[in-house]
Amino acid sequence: MKSFRIRAVAFVASAALLALTACSAGSGTSPGSTTGASQSLAIGLVAEPASLDFTTTDGAAIPQALLGNVYETLVKLDESGKIVPSLAKSWTTSPDRKTYTFDLVDNAKFTNDKPFTAADAVFSINRVKTAWTTQLKAAMDVVQNVKALSATQLQVTLSRPSNDWLFRMTTRIGAMFSETGVSALATAPIGTGPFKFSKWNRGDSIVLQRNDGYWGSKPYFNEITLKYFKDPTALNNALLTGTINVIGTVQAPEALSQFTSNDKYQVIEGTTNGEVLLSFNNSEPIFKDIRTRQGIRQAIDHKALLDTCFAGRGKLIGSMVPPTDPWYEDLTSIDPYDLAKAKSLLQASGAAGKTLRLRLPTLPYAISCGQVVKSQLEQAGLKVQIDQLEFPAAWLTTVLKNADYDMSIIAHVEPRDLGTVFGSTKYYTKYDDPTLRQLLAAADTGNEAAQIDNMKKAARRLSEQAAADWLFLLPNLIVADKNLTGLPQNAITENFDLSRLARS
Amino acid sequence: MVLRLIERTAVLLASLAVSSVLVFAFMAILPGDPARVALGVNASDEAVAELRRQFGLDRPLTTQYFEWLGGLVRGDFGTSYVSKAAIGPQIFDRFQVTLWLVVAGMVVALVVAAPAGTVMAARHRKVSGLALSAVSQLGVAVPAFLAGILLIMVFAVKLGWLPANGWTPPAQDPAMFLKQLVMPALSLGLVQGAVLTRYVRSAVLEVLREDYLRTARAKGLRPFPALWRHGVRNAAVPVVTVLGLQLATLLIGAVVVERVFVIPGLGSLLLDGVSNRDLLLVQDVVMVLVIAVLLVNFLVDLLYVALDPRLRVGSR
Repeated sequence: MKSFRIRAVAFVASAALLALTACSAGSGTSPGSTTGASQSLAIGLVAEPASLDFTTTDGAAIPQALLGNVYETLVKLDESGKIVPSLAKSWTTSPDRKTYTFDLVDNAKFTNDKPFTAADAVFSINRVKTAWTTQLKAAMDVVQNVKALSATQLQVTLSRPSNDWLFRMTTRIGAMFSETGVSALATAPIGTGPFKFSKWNRGDSIVLQRNDGYWGSKPYFNEITLKYFKDPTALNNALLTGTINVIGTVQAPEALSQFTSNDKYQVIEGTTNGEVLLSFNNSEPIFKDIRTRQGIRQAIDHKALLDTCFAGRGKLIGSMVPPTDPWYEDLTSIDPYDLAKAKSLLQASGAAGKTLRLRLPTLPYAISCGQVVKSQLEQAGLKVQIDQLEFPAAWLTTVLKNADYDMSIIAHVEPRDLGTVFGSTKYYTKYDDPTLRQLLAAADTGNEAAQIDNMKKAARRLSEQAAADWLFLLPNLIVADKNLTGLPQNAITENFDLSRLARS
Repeated sequence: MVLRLIERTAVLLASLAVSSVLVFAFMAILPGDPARVALGVNASDEAVAELRRQFGLDRPLTTQYFEWLGGLVRGDFGTSYVSKAAIGPQIFDRFQVTLWLVVAGMVVALVVAAPAGTVMAARHRKVSGLALSAVSQLGVAVPAFLAGILLIMVFAVKLGWLPANGWTPPAQDPAMFLKQLVMPALSLGLVQGAVLTRYVRSAVLEVLREDYLRTARAKGLRPFPALWRHGVRNAAVPVVTVLGLQLATLLIGAVVVERVFVIPGLGSLLLDGVSNRDLLLVQDVVMVLVIAVLLVNFLVDLLYVALDPRLRVGSR
C-alpha cells in the first residue's frame, strides 16, 4: 500500500517536471543572437555533405560550404558572372592564348600557418591530375605545364587555347591547397579563406569560424553554422522559431507565402545555373525523328507547368544557358506551346499512341513536374509511363550510366554545362551532333568575342534541334532575417559566399 | 533455470549468425553502385572500376563477408566508403542520441499506459473508462510523425514554447537538451503509450477476474491496494512482452521522428547511408539494430523468469 503511494507520487512528480520543462522552454538564446562583441549566424541548407573532400567525393554540398569560405581559388566569379581576381592579383595571357602568368598576393596564409606561395599553386594544380578521382578533374587535362617563376608568380601553359580552363579555375578544381595540409581533407580541410573549419556535427551541422589571420577584409560574423535539414517543413519551422537566420535554398516554393506576408523576413529571388531538363534518350529510334522531339516540346505549356509544379517561381529559358552567362539569349520562342501543331507533328512522325517511359529521380521538383509533363503529353496523343527511381543511387545507375530510359527530368546545376550534357555521345542524353561539337570547340579555342558568338550559335542549334526540352531554370530563393545583408541575388557559383554577410 | 539461460543464449547466438548473413546478402543485392554514387554524374567507367577496387568490392562475396564479420567481432566496424571516416565511433555517437529518444519515449509510454490502462480496466463499464478507451483508440491510430508535426505546429510555431527541432548533447547544455527532447519523446511515447494502454487494460481485466483477487478483496483490502499487492506481477507478464516488442518498434519509429525533428540519431545515419550507397555503414547500422532488438528480446525472456516463479520451477 505504501509503495503504491510512492509510485503515484513519483508519477505526478515526473508529469509535473515534464510540464515545467515545457513552460520554461523558449526562454533560451537562439543561435543567431549577439553575445558580447561576437556575432554568430545559422544558415539552413538541404543537402549535408557526405565527406568534406571534394577531390574524391562528388556533390554540390561540399563546395557550397567550403569553396570561397575555407578554400580560395586564384580567380573567382563575381555576381554578374565575370572572372575577377582572388588569390591572383592579376594575370596576363600570351598572344597565342596558351600561357597564363598569374601574379599572386603575397600576404595570404593557410590556417596551418604556412604562407601561400606559387609552389602551393603548382602543387594544387598538379594534384588535380594525380590525386583527384571525381570526373571534374578532366577540366585540368588541357594543362601541359605549370611552374613557379617566383614565390608570387605562377605560369601555366596549356596544350591548346581554352576559355573554359580559366573559367573552371573559379570552381572547386581551382581550389588552392597547402602542400602540408592535405592529409585529412575529408575531415579537416585547410585553406586560405576568410573562414576556418571548426567542427562537423555529422547529421546536423558544420561550424565555420572567422579566420582572424585572413589576408583580405575580414568577415562580419565570427561564427557561422551551416545546419542541414532533410525535410523542407522542418527547415521552414527552424526559421519561424529562430533556430536559424537564413534558409539558403527554398525547397518548397509553395510554402513561401508564410514568409512574404511576415515583415520579420526578407525573400530574395534570383537565378541559378540549374536548368531543369526534360531529357530525351536520343539513341532511341523514336527520338531519331526530329518531329517527335519538336512535337513533345510544343505539347508542353511551360508557363502552366511552372505555375503548377514550382509555384510560378523560376524562369523559362528555352535552351541550356542561364541568363548570367555572357551568351544568354531568350530562346523560348523556338517551339512554343501549340497543342494542335504538336499533335500533327507526333502523328506525322508515328510517335502518337506510343508509350514513353518517363523515369524520374525521387526529387520533389522532378516528381511534381513529371505529373504535369505526363498529362500534357497525353493530351497530345502520347502515352507516358512514369517510373520513380531512388535518387541518387538508382537513378544514376539506370538513367545516367545505362541510359535505360526514354525521358527523364533532372536539374543540371553545374555552371556552363551545355558541352558536358550535349557535347559527348557517351553522356546519357546520347545526343550526336557534329555541328554542335564544332561550335563548342570553336568557342573554347577562340577569343572572347568568338567564344560568345559560337556559344550563342550552339545554344540556338540545340534548341532548334530539340535535343531536349528545357522546362525552366531553378530560381535562387533565399529567406532570411530582415536585417541581414550581403546575401547573393543570383546563385551562379558553386559556393555560398559567407564572407559578405552582415547585419544592418 | 540454468538450462533455460543456456537455451536462450544459444537461440540468441544462432539468430545473430543468421541475421548477419541476411543483412550482408541484402546489401549485396541492393541495386546501385557505391563507387558510382561517390563519383557522381560525370564519372567514367574506368574511374568507377578503380574506386570499386579501392573499396574492395571486386573481391569474392564470401571473403568480403568473413572480413566484415571478423571485424565486427573485434569491434572494428570498418571505414565508410563515402566519408572515409571510421564507422564505429559514428555509430556509437548516433546510438547514444537514439537511445535517449527511445528511453524517453518508453518512459512517456509507461507513464501514460500504466495508470490509464489500470483505470480503464477498473472502470471498464463506466463512462470514464469508455472515454479513456476512446482516447487510446485515437492514439493508436495516429502515426508518430503526425503527432510530431502537430506538436511542432502548436508548441513551437504557434506558442513558441519549445524549439521546433534540433539536438543538443546533454553535456553541452542540459536545459536545451531537455527542451529539445520533450516533443520527440512525446510523439514517440504517446503513440506507443496508447498501444500499451490497451494491453495493460486487458491484462488488468484478466487479473481482476481471478479468484485470488476476490480472496484479497474478501480479506478486506480495497480495490487498488488489492490489485497492487496481488495483481501487478501477474498483469506484468504480458505487458513486459509487449514492452519488449515495442522497444524494437520504438527503435525503428525513432528513424521517422528523427527526420521530423532533425535529430542526428541512428535513423538519420541509416537513411543517409542508404541514399549515398555507403553500404558498409548501412550494413553495420542494421546489424547494430538487429543486435539491439535481439538483446532486448533475450532480456525480456530473462525478465519473465524474474516475474513468474512458475517458470523457474518449470525448467528443471
